[in-house]
Amino acid sequence: MTTGFHSAPRGGVRIEVDSGEASLLRSMAALVLQLVEAPEPQDEFAALIGIGANSTRPEDPVLARLFPDAYTEDALAAGDFRRYTEDGLRRHKRENAQLVFDGIPAGGGEITLDLADAHSWLKLLTDVRLSLGTRLGIEDEADLEALRQRLRGDESLASAAHIYEWLTHLQESLVQALMRD
Amino acid sequence: MTAMPVELEEPRIEEDVRPDVPWITIVWNDPVNLMSYVTYVFQTVFGYSKAKARKLMEDVHYQGRAVVSSGTREEMERDVNILHEYGLWATLQQDK
Repeated sequence: MTTGFHSAPRGGVRIEVDSGEASLLRSMAALVLQLVEAPEPQDEFAALIGIGANSTRPEDPVLARLFPDAYTEDALAAGDFRRYTEDGLRRHKRENAQLVFDGIPAGGGEITLDLADAHSWLKLLTDVRLSLGTRLGIEDEADLEALRQRLRGDESLASAAHIYEWLTHLQESLVQALMRD
Repeated sequence: MTAMPVELEEPRIEEDVRPDVPWITIVWNDPVNLMSYVTYVFQTVFGYSKAKARKLMEDVHYQGRAVVSSGTREEMERDVNILHEYGLWATLQQDK
């Protein structure tokens, strides 16, 4: 079982994962790739200059959390901001997920990350935790403990909560390793 | 080359656009993002000292929100976009 991320001797960070952890992390990255679909340009010229077709907040609560409104009091400005940035943000999230997926040896082993790659990991771990946290209905810090009690009888949700907590520890270790680096 | 317009009336501007009033980026508390991570993101994105980043993170955590940067509307839109890349819940508005 992994001891989390550590500062690498020659800069950056490293982690050693076993095969089960490698496959779990790869499936989490694949989940984000599946969730965050590639933008589909409606208008080639608009796509060329980075304007998307979508100007409304996603209905799915997970996607709404991954792609929040930038303006709270101005729906028109929020729509414009979304049209200009959401496709780029989708691309960014997909690139992070792909980089993490590709960087994990299928059978487990040691992974070394430079600063840029470590930031892709940070963002991907955040996207996965935001997705799981939203699905599990975590709305404040007390919810996680309540969730543990409530989920005793439900194995699939209990394992999602367990994965969420494992990813929390993993991300915490990555932040600590980067702060020390 | 376009001809000079003659006798043009001054356009009347009635929108509430006050260029001297700065825009601000706000980060809102959420139950998922780690305190250490939020601190690290403020250090990384804005180049703030660890002490300043930590103070802002505590404001977000205990007061529900904090103003993390201010400037022109374009600058704040850029900041919000970068914070969304890091998964923080950020919005912008004109300072009041």
